[in-house]
Amino acid sequence: MSEARSALAGARFAGIAHVEEAGLVGMISFRGDLGHAKVKSAVKAVAGAAIPKPRGVALAGATGVAWMSPDELLILVPHAEADAVVAKLSTALKGQHFMAENVSDARAVFTVTGPHAREVIGKLAPVDMSRFAEGEIRRTRLAQVAAALWISAPDSITVVCFRSGAQYMFDLLSAAAQEGSAVGVY
Amino acid sequence: MLILECPYCGVKGEETEFHAGGEAHLKRFGPGSSDADFETYLFMRENPKGVHLERWRHANGCGKWFHAARCTMTLEVFGTYSAQTYEPPQEIKDILTAKRPGWSWRNFK
Ligand SMILES: [Zn+2]
Repeated sequence: MSEARSALAGARFAGIAHVEEAGLVGMISFRGDLGHAKVKSAVKAVAGAAIPKPRGVALAGATGVAWMSPDELLILVPHAEADAVVAKLSTALKGQHFMAENVSDARAVFTVTGPHAREVIGKLAPVDMSRFAEGEIRRTRLAQVAAALWISAPDSITVVCFRSGAQYMFDLLSAAAQEGSAVGVY
Repeated sequence: MLILECPYCGVKGEETEFHAGGEAHLKRFGPGSSDADFETYLFMRENPKGVHLERWRHANGCGKWFHAARCTMTLEVFGTYSAQTYEPPQEIKDILTAKRPGWSWRNFK
């Protein structure tokens, strides 16, 4: 098997916040009837957490699950386990109408860290970051591209986008985080 | 700038997070229909000053299509509602009646 590589191999930028490409992250796009008992238990078994309420994310370390839409979840697992998790879901939900796809290598993940992390995102997304709380996921746009973001730790925000836009996203976050650009709104 | 609330994920976002999808509640006339019906379906659209019903998609969010009732003159959004309907729900009609007495749009009033 070929060696898996993340989009930007851990690229970093330091300014008013630290921007870092987060490396390999296992991500499974799941679609199905999220209210179905079998779906609930199958997801919980692999994600270690129950399906969150709308716009919620439940994460413990590298494993967890995020609510993406009324019929879609993003399941996060260690990168090397993603295929096995898809197989597990497929076995548990055999005969059920659902989709579980390993999209790890179709996405790029970034973390923006520091006291100005909210400000960096606030410059790029039409989202009121002052009211954005831990345990919430927000799908939105960062400048020209779609992204999903959540608070991964105090002063740290995780951003997920399509891998094809990884360099654009890194440049964007770095520009918004450049030294001397703090606005001081949050 | 419109502020729309997606009825599927509950996000209240500004217009650039969404994509406009044209007029709402079109009835499709396809193969076998009369030329006049087909032409109307393809080309004839409302162009109101005031109450308008439209389709929108939460393109940079949950991805779902929904409906919105808004005013083309003031850009006020009266409300948003499910895509799975042929006409605006009563609660939307009630809001329209309260805010724009005597409103009508195609067959609805
Ligand atoms: Zn939505």
